[in-house]
Amino acid sequence: LPLIACGPQLANSPTVIVMVGLPARGKTYTSKKLTRYLNWIGVPTKVFNVGEYRREAVKHYSSYDFFRPDNEEAMKVRRQCALAALRDVKLYLAEEAGQIAVFDATNTTRERRGMILNFAKENGFKVFFIESVCNDPTVVATNVMEVKLSSPDYRDCNSTDAMEDFMKRINCYQASYQPLDPDDYDRELSLIKVIDVGQRFLVNRVQDHIQSRIVYYLMNIHVQPRTIYLCRHGESEFNLKGKIGGDSGLSNRGKKFALALNKFVEEQNLKDLKVWTSQLKRTIQTAEALQLPYEQWKALNEIDAGVCEEMTYEEIREQHPEEFALRDQDKYYYRYPSGESYQDLVQRLEPVIMELERQENVLVICHQAVMRCLLAYFLDKSADEMPYLKCPLHTVLKLTPVAYGCRVESISLNIEAVNTHRERPEEAKKGPNPLMRRNSVTPLASPEPTKKPRINSFEEHVAVSSALPGCVPQEVPTQLPGQ
Amino acid sequence: VCMTNCPTLIVMVGLPARGKTYISKKLTRYLNWIGVPTKEFNVGQYRRDLVKKYKSFEFFLPDNEEGLKIRKQCALAALNDVRQYLSEENGHVAVFDATNTTRERRETIYKFGEENGYKTFFVESVCVDPEVIAANIVQVKLGSPDYVDCSNDEATEDFMKRIECYKNSYETLDETLDKDLSYIKIMDVGRSYLVNRVMDHIQSRIVYYLMNIHVTPRSIYLCRHGESELNLKGRIGGDPGLSIRGKEFAKSLAQFINEQNIKDLKVWTSQMKRTIQTAEALGVPYEQWKVLNEIDAGVCEEMTYEEIQENYPLEFALRDQDKYRYRYPKGESYEDLVQRLEPVIMELERQENVLVICHQAVMRCLLAYFLDKPAEQLPYLKCPLHTVLKLTPVAYG
Repeated sequence: LPLIACGPQLANSPTVIVMVGLPARGKTYTSKKLTRYLNWIGVPTKVFNVGEYRREAVKHYSSYDFFRPDNEEAMKVRRQCALAALRDVKLYLAEEAGQIAVFDATNTTRERRGMILNFAKENGFKVFFIESVCNDPTVVATNVMEVKLSSPDYRDCNSTDAMEDFMKRINCYQASYQPLDPDDYDRELSLIKVIDVGQRFLVNRVQDHIQSRIVYYLMNIHVQPRTIYLCRHGESEFNLKGKIGGDSGLSNRGKKFALALNKFVEEQNLKDLKVWTSQLKRTIQTAEALQLPYEQWKALNEIDAGVCEEMTYEEIREQHPEEFALRDQDKYYYRYPSGESYQDLVQRLEPVIMELERQENVLVICHQAVMRCLLAYFLDKSADEMPYLKCPLHTVLKLTPVAYGCRVESISLNIEAVNTHRERPEEAKKGPNPLMRRNSVTPLASPEPTKKPRINSFEEHVAVSSALPGCVPQEVPTQLPGQ
Repeated sequence: VCMTNCPTLIVMVGLPARGKTYISKKLTRYLNWIGVPTKEFNVGQYRRDLVKKYKSFEFFLPDNEEGLKIRKQCALAALNDVRQYLSEENGHVAVFDATNTTRERRETIYKFGEENGYKTFFVESVCVDPEVIAANIVQVKLGSPDYVDCSNDEATEDFMKRIECYKNSYETLDETLDKDLSYIKIMDVGRSYLVNRVMDHIQSRIVYYLMNIHVTPRSIYLCRHGESELNLKGRIGGDPGLSIRGKEFAKSLAQFINEQNIKDLKVWTSQMKRTIQTAEALGVPYEQWKVLNEIDAGVCEEMTYEEIQENYPLEFALRDQDKYRYRYPKGESYEDLVQRLEPVIMELERQENVLVICHQAVMRCLLAYFLDKPAEQLPYLKCPLHTVLKLTPVAYG
């Protein structure tokens, strides 16, 4: 097959997402969450938090006086920090193969936003504004408590003093705040205004696919406290035999696990728990023990091992030695002949993630590779780490959103099971093009075509390019990773 | 995922010629295609059934008591049918297509929804661009049964006066007064949107869909790959290359595309050799989608139908019984296909001119979406090799 060079039909410019809003309105929360999502679905994205630049420049934060609008010295420093951050944005997007930069700062004045728009225009970047507007004092106070009191700025303060100072800090911005005005002044801008933590949204001039996806994502996330439980099916007959894939039922120990899971769930005493399984016997049998209604998702089925289905790893090594080696070289991109790769899994799991974001308490009973993909999303693990995350049988991972991330508790239900985890082999080096010998062309997708070479992980948070799940137009770039 | 536990009542809102019926029909088509039983109830249709002959805009004058009575009657009749559809006929979503321009009317409908245990979601279309409105009138009003005996000029004049009848009493959805309602307000044909209180998965999907559709004229070309080596042998599935005739088709396709002189054509293929080889002949950039791959025939891959009948007689019979839902062992069903093709549909809605080079079952699914064919007919739609289907949106279809 000839190598297809699918060039872009439209110039695909990188995008600068510009956060807008008073302090404690969830800008950084949204920035981090959105960045995590975009990287997981394969769009190289990075956050540039101007506050961090300020902390670098001004080693010790003294008080809210720094933020007073009449503090000329401080204004100079703050502007410098914004410019430094923008310089790094330019570097990331123009030279480091980044696709999206999230510029996380208050950006509350038209003047500041005008400056950013000019910067973007000069560099050929698209701009998308995300404004968070919230006047509910309870919400603001909760935010301040969740994330501000523990900020490096308030390291040496007690909570009360910190709270008081921060509220004065917010005040410094209030007088000069010019909210986005899509009806008039900002008619031509692409933006979404998130009002009252997602109760209402105003969307203006969505330009392209990625902006449409961002809007959809923002409309589906919420901040209600809730817990997500991830676990695998109970040990299966095939697990006992060391066979991968297939559709076997639970072993005796697997059945014990299902009963233990039932007990565990009861003890958690949750309001309205949703239970999801795949369409394979072993997860369904596990859910049956819970005596709760459950929904079966085909998208949660285990990774399809194609020609290797129902084989043991020894059999694979014997019968398909080349495939076996290739997989160890690049486990994320490697696709079993007639089967799937982890990259494919991410694509088919995206709707599950979206629905998980919408829901509250959920227990997902799934499979090893699937659970690794889901976990990588919640814990912001790169594509490189994903296939080696530890997801043992008979263990429940309890995820609770906290501050800017996710707390994870690992709870073993103390029922013996085989260990199905294979560590990353020591000697495995990245060989040339493990993906080229697919029987049909394997894309190293970029979500939308880009002229830049794809690079492997250069930052822990960047998932190496892969296709946008769902709507992924996939193309073969002119350069492959590892080259 | 379970999309709806209680039924949803979608209520259109807006002056005449703002695209309400266009949106209703399109949304209904989309929801049915993804498997959510949906039906639209157009109050204007009820009015036409009741008042056999439309005379003039005067019927719609706000002080025409007789007219008002009839119109209210029609709205109630439509709501009654909504109730029957949602509560007795297993419908999941009903789209109530009328102007619903007053708060009073909307409250009546909202109460009706509450009494019957429906979630209500409003979709308002606001547009003040006279060109858009004029275009709408030309597209869909002049051909309306109301104006069957009129000249175009007479019809346009009458319709404009009809719109005027509604303007004084029009109460648009308001951020404050209607803050507890769930709604989306579409402004200027999708330039901007206001979304309030999205309550559940189906509403979120509806909002996403509405935000991705557009009305810019364009064409979608659907075709299969050129004839493949396995086609020649009568075998299904697999990943063969093109036969000689298939290669000729690819060349003809290239010629056809050139002749069509299409602006900014996007070309999409699956990740299987036969569609890729077909696209290669076009000499233009193309994008490969894994989700456009042919239906997976599982254990029957690469068999002929005779072999399937011999080796899997039960499966063979089952498939004929319910071809839409039948899933090949270790393979897929048409129903599975629809689910995996949904992102393709969403992206097709966003795009303008697109050529999709795909496969028989896949093409049937896509075609069923555009032509509003139900699940029973979908697996039997005719999609022969070496034939291009050119789809151009027009009026309501």
